[in-house]
Amino acid sequence: MKRIFLIRLITVFCFLLAVNTLIQTAWAKDAQPLQKDAVVEAQVQRLSEELRCLVCQNQTLADSHSELAEDLRQEIREMAAKGMSDQAIIDYLVARYGDFVRYRPPLKASTVLLWFGPFALLLAGAVGLFVMLRRREKMTVEPPLSVAEAHKVSELLNKES
Amino acid sequence: MKRFLLPLVVFLTVVGFLAVGLNLDPREVPSPLVGKPAPMFSLPRLDNPEKTISTKDMLGKVWLFNVWASWCGACRDEHPVLVNLSKSGAVPIYGMNYKDTRPEAQQWLEAGGNPYIASAMDADGRVGIDYGVYGVPETYVIDKAGVIAYKQIGPVTEEVLRNKILPLVKRLQTQ
Repeated sequence: MKRIFLIRLITVFCFLLAVNTLIQTAWAKDAQPLQKDAVVEAQVQRLSEELRCLVCQNQTLADSHSELAEDLRQEIREMAAKGMSDQAIIDYLVARYGDFVRYRPPLKASTVLLWFGPFALLLAGAVGLFVMLRRREKMTVEPPLSVAEAHKVSELLNKES
Repeated sequence: MKRFLLPLVVFLTVVGFLAVGLNLDPREVPSPLVGKPAPMFSLPRLDNPEKTISTKDMLGKVWLFNVWASWCGACRDEHPVLVNLSKSGAVPIYGMNYKDTRPEAQQWLEAGGNPYIASAMDADGRVGIDYGVYGVPETYVIDKAGVIAYKQIGPVTEEVLRNKILPLVKRLQTQ
């Protein structure tokens, strides 16, 4: 009697173990694509914060709800799922929409003014200010001493020596 | 007198920049595709989904490629201009119906007239992305070799047609 009970217990235990393993493998199978999706989603998110929505020009693709932004996010997602790098995806979009699609414009001959213009203006302002202050300094000529003042000065100098 | 000269020059420069800036349309983003081969596509026709339109069929002629949709307001302004142009026969116009439904698109053409030799259907906007479409309507002038010569963002007006598109088409046709 006792033996039968023990066998039954072991059978139940084995069954539970099997079920558990099954569930775990099922979970593992689900989890794998989820993991991959997370990587892809992170890439989509990262890129859509770098790219401009051309319909609502002062928003990124991530912020925009326009249809084009949705389409482009989907396009980026598909490219990311294929394993394309950030640079390859950005190049793909720049080839179609131009550099304007990027929030950080590349440094090129046509964007030199954009990149360095503000610094050039700052420098020009600083030079202008310096020159102006210099000129003002020269303009303030000390008025010559009056007779009474000159008298006082020589008196003071004499006292000290 | 001289001390007012510098502020005046600075002021006029700022005004000049502002005047130019106000006259620029920020929506007109220059397309990197101008001067490049038009992206290839093969799409079902609006009037007959069994037939397709392909860029390959257009080689050897200068043509206008007009992206339109029945939901697009500015297309309504543009439409009579295109209808007149198609009647003049100056240049063949092919359309691309962008992110639209077939019944609505067909109804739109029945109501306003059909200036297109044929329209392709880009229901999911994929070909639109290849062409860098971000605002409808957009119109491309494509030359005999299949290279994009010009892109009009926004509606084609009589003025644009007269001053830009038709002279360009004429020049390309003699090439």
